Amino acid sequence: MNFMQANLPYLLAGISVGGQYALIAIGYTMVYGILRLINFAHGDVFMIAGLIMIYAAAAMPLYLAIPLVLIATVVIGFLIERVAYKPLRSAPRMSIMISAIGVSYLLQNLALYVTGGLSRMYPTIPFISDSVTIGSATTKMVTLITPVLTLILVVVLVLFIHKTKIGMAMRAVSKDFETSQLMGIKINSVISATFIIGSFLAAVGSMLYFTNYAGVTPTAGAMPGLKAFVAAVFGGIGSIPGAVIGAFIIGICENIIKGMGWTTFSDAFTFALLIVILIAKPTGLFGEKATDKV
Amino acid sequence: MSMLEIKDLKVNYGGIEALKGISFQVEEEEIVTIIGANGAGKSTTLRAIMEVVKPAGGSISFQGEEITGMNTQRIVEKGIVLVPEGRRVFPNLTVLENLRIGAYLRGDKQGIEKDIQHVYSLFPRLQERHWQHAGTLSGGEQQMLAVGRALMARPKLIMMDEPSLGLAPLVVKDIFAIIRRIHEEGVTVLLIEQNANAALKIAHRGYVMETGRITLTGTGTALLNDESVREAYLGKAH
Repeated sequence: MNFMQANLPYLLAGISVGGQYALIAIGYTMVYGILRLINFAHGDVFMIAGLIMIYAAAAMPLYLAIPLVLIATVVIGFLIERVAYKPLRSAPRMSIMISAIGVSYLLQNLALYVTGGLSRMYPTIPFISDSVTIGSATTKMVTLITPVLTLILVVVLVLFIHKTKIGMAMRAVSKDFETSQLMGIKINSVISATFIIGSFLAAVGSMLYFTNYAGVTPTAGAMPGLKAFVAAVFGGIGSIPGAVIGAFIIGICENIIKGMGWTTFSDAFTFALLIVILIAKPTGLFGEKATDKV
Repeated sequence: MSMLEIKDLKVNYGGIEALKGISFQVEEEEIVTIIGANGAGKSTTLRAIMEVVKPAGGSISFQGEEITGMNTQRIVEKGIVLVPEGRRVFPNLTVLENLRIGAYLRGDKQGIEKDIQHVYSLFPRLQERHWQHAGTLSGGEQQMLAVGRALMARPKLIMMDEPSLGLAPLVVKDIFAIIRRIHEEGVTVLLIEQNANAALKIAHRGYVMETGRITLTGTGTALLNDESVREAYLGKAH
């Protein structure tokens, strides 16, 4: 009981951070599922969403700023795919990967240029920044909202993929480009939809994530992006439930480790986990057995 | 006016001429077959008609309209479907979803439901297994699903690429019976087959393809009895 009391704040923080990682991880895993591409720019899209929020909140009330952030991030995700990935559709997979790394640096440097390299204060979003006390733990509302909101979004997403026509097309395209085309499916629209969903969830994730931090720096997307990527690999890249479960496990483990006083090692744990998975079970928890397309 | 008219069609794959300028026609309500050895360019021909490979030259017209260079989606809308080689059903979709995705471009819900029932009447096995993932079906069932999926687009012209490949002889018989049945329902059929014997028996006309060229043409019966065809594709026993 004592252990529980001492660790409750860390457990709560872990669940919350896990939810935020999950929202990013879905973007990685969906894009991989369709294009077999690790979208290295995804973490930076997350960071850009944070920056847009800062500038938008300074210029307009929050009820306008929040939808603007969501829309702008979606547009950016869409444009990145159209400009940097679509022209390379029939190129070797390595080319598109390199393009993704290029976009990542472009976004970071763009952010550096705009912010001047200074950390910008993240606005306080009322309600989700309020403090609450649960048992022995005092925390922000965002800690409680994140896992609930994450699960709602995941359920909606899974229903979307399994019950709608475009969701069905996504599943078809993820297996077989050419045959999907023969059915009359517009491959490019399906790919755009994937990037739009991924960017939308990253934007939601960024609002929840940065609320816990003082500000946004140009490299603020790198670490959560990497963690979310590890979560996606852990869960089995290409699998949405896998990414979500992986993200929660990583978030909780990291924070429990912090609670045990080993804060320094919490990041190391995540990446050590990545190495272990890649050696022991490269397809992750729920990954497909054959990762390459025929 | 032919239903499908191919003139001097050329396709290159990275410097290699897969099709060296072929011409042929398919008339309305015909069964036409193209036979030939592996690598002769038969699949390439069908894929070029669907614009999944871009022709390097020549023209393709369908019902009097030039369709060369149109995107695949438009071509499906015009009424041409391809049952691809190796069946290529979506293994992660259920049988029913595979049928629905065949009707992807259609908006008429009632018509789609009616056509699903029609496909079920052609292939009762698909109804029994409608909830299963297509990846769990046997080869023959997958071929039935691939044909059913193509019918869901309500095609005017159905092109089939090696529908009997890798199937047991009894199942092959079923597939050919189905091709006849589809034809009787008013759909024109362009059939590519290595099983030249069976294909020529049901076809009104046939073409023989060799390394990117059409070398011989005639009615199904004429080709069946042609000495060179018998030697090259039918085996001497026939």
